[in-house]
Amino acid sequence: MANSPRYTREIPQRFRLEAQKFECGYVSLPRRYICPISGSCESEKIKLSGFGKILSFTIINIASDAFKYETPYAVGIIETDEGARLTAYIADCKFEDLKIGARVELVFRKLGEEGASGIINYGYKAVLV
Amino acid sequence: MRDVAIIGVGMTKFGELWEQSIRDMFAEAALKAMKNAGVSKLDSLYVGSMSSGLYVGQEHLASVMADYIGQIGVPAARVESACASGGLAVKSAFIEVASGMSDIVLAGGVEKMWDADDGTAILATASDQEFEAYNGVTFPGLYAMMARAYMDRYGLTREELASAPVQNHLHAINNPNAQYPMKLTIEGVLKSAPVADPLRLMDCSPITDGAACVILCPLDMAKQFTDKYIKIKGVGAATGPIALHDHKDLTRLDAVHLAAQRAYKMAGVNPADISFVEVHDCFSIAQIIVAEELGFFEYGKAGKAIANGETTYGGKVVINTSGGLKAKGHPVGATGVAQVIEAYEQLTGQAGKRQVANARLGMTQNMGGSGGSSIVHILEAV
Repeated sequence: MANSPRYTREIPQRFRLEAQKFECGYVSLPRRYICPISGSCESEKIKLSGFGKILSFTIINIASDAFKYETPYAVGIIETDEGARLTAYIADCKFEDLKIGARVELVFRKLGEEGASGIINYGYKAVLV
Repeated sequence: MRDVAIIGVGMTKFGELWEQSIRDMFAEAALKAMKNAGVSKLDSLYVGSMSSGLYVGQEHLASVMADYIGQIGVPAARVESACASGGLAVKSAFIEVASGMSDIVLAGGVEKMWDADDGTAILATASDQEFEAYNGVTFPGLYAMMARAYMDRYGLTREELASAPVQNHLHAINNPNAQYPMKLTIEGVLKSAPVADPLRLMDCSPITDGAACVILCPLDMAKQFTDKYIKIKGVGAATGPIALHDHKDLTRLDAVHLAAQRAYKMAGVNPADISFVEVHDCFSIAQIIVAEELGFFEYGKAGKAIANGETTYGGKVVINTSGGLKAKGHPVGATGVAQVIEAYEQLTGQAGKRQVANARLGMTQNMGGSGGSSIVHILEAV
């Protein structure tokens, strides 16, 4: 359910972890015109360090078609050291090593491809550190 | 605002309805509801559907249905709030009748899920497509992460979590419209196939075809049509963050809390006044968190209360007499309307073996996504 323009416009967030820090302190990875908490419209661009911790996680056994050849795989909700919250695939892990609070780093990886002749999608995945 | 009544209901059986199209199902439910209410002409029509475009490739759904229920010419709108689309249809119809704009309004919901190829991807469109689904998380995966956070915070056991679907199946045995009206055991939940750890197949509501419709009119006109009607006493709706990771607390569903507070305020009642509630148990953990957000239990306590039998007949509040989404089935857009139908049957004394004794006030809670929206209705016997 992706397509090329939609993919391309999210490249700053997905490839370079470019986030917005609003003047109230709220950090958002997706682009936003307004802070959802304070209503502030003033923000600066920051680059996330990529380090953070797991707030919760799950092992996906039943996936959408785009991920069905990868099951079982882990995904988690990550809070970065800068305070941004995001959802990420957790790669290269032993499931028994996953726990709430575990430290992770976001790394650049392939996420999928749009069919046999479409573009290849890249972005961030988390790995345990 | 005028007071508003529900004067008739109709629904299909929930399940795998291979012989019926999306319009067949809606027409069956709508015509049953109109016959039940004793009305032949509508002033307005609302159709709730999450994703008829992705499921069966049909948009412009309200006009399709107006045509196929014999009401060409009627003003009609399709409304969408993911899994809360049915509740939104009822709310929209309520506003139209209460405002004085229309008298006889049909609110219906429908979803044709079994025709689709990649249902997991379709359901994931109720989450944040760009920043959740893109990274491989499924809808059960989101609720699984809520469940893990909740179990970690409050010490809820895997067995206690299983008690929610077990109770729902027990209630569904007496519901002739239920998709899975059979007994389920704790062991049956724990041994079912893993879907998204810690959730297993029997924690998850099923894929379901179905439609449900209700007819609304001004309360002071209801007697012209029937002596079996109920009053819509409170309506509350709210939105929440679209992405689960933006919930301040992963064990909370703020939109449910907000919607409930608004409905309680409008109705002038408290949780203690409610006899029964239909909650949106798309997953076992949802039933637990929602029961807390509606004010029936303190945070962290509902799982143990369900396991202790406090939410079945004779308990503090009876949850999901219909069998809930888990056992009755969850045709996404129809669910919010079907919940209101269960409340109608309870409050008019037509619930048969599912009847809650002396029920005067009931509640329905419909939810979209992982808490991106919720709609609560409080309904009263007259």
